[in-house]
Amino acid sequence: MRFRNLTIGQHIPGNSVVHRLDPRTKILGTTLLIVLLFAVNGFIGYGLVALAIAGVIHLAKLPWRYVIRGLRPLLVILLLTVGLNVFLTEGEVIFRLWFLTITREGLARGGMMGTRLVLLIVGTSLLTLTTSPIQLTDGIESLLNPFRRLGVPAHELAMMMTIALRFIPTLLEETEKIMKAQMARGADFQSGGLMQRAKSLIPLLVPLFVSAFRRADELAIAMEARGYRGGQGRTKFRELRFGRIDAVAIALLVTFTVVVGVFF
Amino acid sequence: MSIRLENVSFRYLEDTPMETEALLDVTLEIADGEFVGIIGPTGSGKSTLIQHFNGLLLPSSGKVWVDGVDLTHKDTQLRQIRQKVGMVFQYPEHQLFGETVLEDVGFGPRNMGLAEEEVVERVRRALAYVGLDFAELKDQSPFELSGGQKRRVAIAGVLAMEPSVLILDEPTAGLDPKGREEILDEICTLHRERGITVILVTHSMEDVARLVDRLIVMDRGRVALDGTPVEVFRQAETLKELGLGLPQVTELMHELKAKGMAVDTDVLTVEAAEEEIVKALGGQR
Repeated sequence: MRFRNLTIGQHIPGNSVVHRLDPRTKILGTTLLIVLLFAVNGFIGYGLVALAIAGVIHLAKLPWRYVIRGLRPLLVILLLTVGLNVFLTEGEVIFRLWFLTITREGLARGGMMGTRLVLLIVGTSLLTLTTSPIQLTDGIESLLNPFRRLGVPAHELAMMMTIALRFIPTLLEETEKIMKAQMARGADFQSGGLMQRAKSLIPLLVPLFVSAFRRADELAIAMEARGYRGGQGRTKFRELRFGRIDAVAIALLVTFTVVVGVFF
Repeated sequence: MSIRLENVSFRYLEDTPMETEALLDVTLEIADGEFVGIIGPTGSGKSTLIQHFNGLLLPSSGKVWVDGVDLTHKDTQLRQIRQKVGMVFQYPEHQLFGETVLEDVGFGPRNMGLAEEEVVERVRRALAYVGLDFAELKDQSPFELSGGQKRRVAIAGVLAMEPSVLILDEPTAGLDPKGREEILDEICTLHRERGITVILVTHSMEDVARLVDRLIVMDRGRVALDGTPVEVFRQAETLKELGLGLPQVTELMHELKAKGMAVDTDVLTVEAAEEEIVKALGGQR
């Protein structure tokens, strides 16, 4: 089914250097990447970032096709962004067809925006592809900890994220199951006008909500039965450890960001 | 209405690192009016297999024909096939959504484009098949019913389309013994009186021994055994290797025989077992 093509938020288990990095390092790296992509202006800069991302994919031993396929759900947004930039930027006209004009500036800007988006999507998807949800939330919790004094409920936020991430596949599976069951009764989710389609979702959404509430209830009881009382005094089975490869990785990341960000 | 599978293989998550083979080169035919049981350990491909019978899944390779229609052909109207091959999923009560029982059970017939009176008539009949009272329940919310009643309403929702093949995936899971018994009896009656083909997926050896004419045993995506229950239960060794057992009475007869009693082990019911033992003891009770 169509949900199967979703690679955003998916995790591919592995044992590469990238997989073994501390999640905090990877979160920091992703943040730097986002900053860098908006700081860079020019194709040389983007080329360097693309090379760096390719390097990480190679190091992480991720299947290329799979990573690239993560772009598919966002293809429409991507085409729209590039298209709007190409056709609506004013400047030196190089091509004209009826009401469409393409300018040199538009072409350049559209190319830049497109590259930026592609790199952004591929780059950030590397975080979840190489980090398990548990590690990811542990990392976020640990990064938020200093802000606890300001009243940020770090543990609770992290726990909520863990649960939400944990239930994405479950809910997708449930959705697929209910869809199939209703399709077996002749339901049609694809054809008809907007109203018709919205109405056809009722047999899907009602059972989905009912089951989500039931699951939430069961989970709450199961957590209480195991003595969960929030983050206070809770110890961890897997402590986050900041190792030498993390230090090296951060040094590399920061240097790369500063150099590329400043010079290109 | 017959169902025929030819060299069907199916892979989940094709072309991703998580690709898994769920069915491997399955060829089988289910004839009109059969009562077929499908058993097999968890993950053996039972659920994947039955979803090929009404085109909810299409094979990665191979062909499926229902009533002579090729489901893998792109012009095949799968919705029509699904009306003829009714499918009751595991825990079907999880798919209830209607504000009233009438609305929920009538969902299938309404999707078939039937007139409202016909829909109501079919709901009445479908509820009767599963032993529920139309007048009493039609305006109630399905969410307020008991667990067993919910299950029946959900099964009625499939029966209301009056399919000629009925597939049930563990229809009695999570019910109490009385509820199990009643639902299985109702399915049996449907098979007998209306002559519909029934395909029953279950974990219970007792149920299949008692009900079905033919038993298909699945193992790791392949058909491991296929025959009458007596024939299949003769392969006690193979079944044990697959982590499946025998019905309790059959097991008992096997043990008696091992202890030296001259009994026939092709026994599936308590009554037949009694007769066998009496015979072996020389006719006195």
